[in-house]
Amino acid sequence: MRFLQPTTWAEALEARATHPDAVAIAGGTDVMVGINFGRLRPPLLLDLTRVGELQEWSVDGGDVRLGAGVPYARVITELGDRLPGLAMASRTIGSPQIRNRGTVGGNLATASPAGDAHPALLAADAEVEVASVRGTRRIPVTDFYTGVKRSALAPDELIAAVRIRPPAGPQQYSKIGTRNAMVIAVAAFGLALHPDRGVVGTGIGSAAPTPRRATAAEEFAAEELSGLWESRGELPAATAVRFGELVATAAAPIDDVRGTAAYRVHALSVMARRALTWAWAEYRTAKES
Amino acid sequence: MRLTCTVNGTEQQVDDVWEGESLLYVLRERMGLPGSKNACEQGECGSCTVYLDGTPVCSCLVAAGQAEGREVGTVEGMATDEALHPVQQAFLDAGAVQCGFCTPGLLVATDDLVTRSLAAGAPPEDAEIREALAGNLCRCTGYEKILDAVKLAATRMSESAR
Repeated sequence: MRFLQPTTWAEALEARATHPDAVAIAGGTDVMVGINFGRLRPPLLLDLTRVGELQEWSVDGGDVRLGAGVPYARVITELGDRLPGLAMASRTIGSPQIRNRGTVGGNLATASPAGDAHPALLAADAEVEVASVRGTRRIPVTDFYTGVKRSALAPDELIAAVRIRPPAGPQQYSKIGTRNAMVIAVAAFGLALHPDRGVVGTGIGSAAPTPRRATAAEEFAAEELSGLWESRGELPAATAVRFGELVATAAAPIDDVRGTAAYRVHALSVMARRALTWAWAEYRTAKES
Repeated sequence: MRLTCTVNGTEQQVDDVWEGESLLYVLRERMGLPGSKNACEQGECGSCTVYLDGTPVCSCLVAAGQAEGREVGTVEGMATDEALHPVQQAFLDAGAVQCGFCTPGLLVATDDLVTRSLAAGAPPEDAEIREALAGNLCRCTGYEKILDAVKLAATRMSESAR
């Protein structure tokens, strides 16, 4: 095995282009588990922790551009106000030690259906900024996940950043596991109200081969709420229940050691109903901006 | 490959490090520092917790080369020749140590928590302690004595800071 430690983004992309079989490593919370257990023996480890550009976030054209190497701990402490849904998701991840190392970029690169950041990114319409020596492109996160632990990332590409528009409305995130820390989600749900566009964003985790949106539920909510955005009127209870049911129908879960498919479907309907109820209650009491 | 880093304030250099090796392995097997414990090797148990540039991390998830030039702090760096670190003494006095395997990681995590809390002006509350130690598993104590030890350490460290 070889170990490459580029210190600039250009060097990292050059190394990526030369070694498409290299495994990129940042926080190591996935890669090192694979190596420690003998499941992963890449010919080359491409360490991205010295690439300064990846460790920063900025506001760019109205979006937060979150460098792929920013650990969850910093998303929580530095971006809780600008990216509330992603910060909520980040708080559910692992333990303090894991949040000090793990990154959103790594979550995307692993592309596990159970990755905790994905539902929040889907609900917020995030874009993944990827780059290679050929250039930079942006992939809507909805199109990023292509299969179990597979993504739209090309072999010569690295994830540079995630771009997220700070929310125009409340966001929620909900995750079920066997305890409050150090668990892989049994099921997770992210929700974002976009009152500026009259849209409700959703993201489902751990309940399909990839993280995915609940499109029918989004369309239903947009329809039902179309007359309520301006008046900030009460959310009919039946609307929240139906929304939850429609989110559940978007899932395609399996039975596994963490839970049954039936449990996941039920849990999603409850989490989605509650998330919409909480978010709408917050929207009603928020000052008009 | 060769790895050079500072461990507990002393520069250490080791050769023939395998590129896929963890920092934990380097500390235990190459530097003669077996305080950090190897249990789960997947970041679940926290018994390998060390400081990396002042931040608590699972050393089993840090690739050796990622520690190049960095400052590492392990449980071996806590006591002086004269006395145990107040966190170590509090764990002993509160009966928070049984088999002791999880203790080195808990000591580092507790030191980080208490130091941060006192810097922010208040000892940690129960909920904060549980959250801060959520990544450190103990299969003996049931955690109650550990909570006592953290509070005792915070009291003593805040008194000695006055």
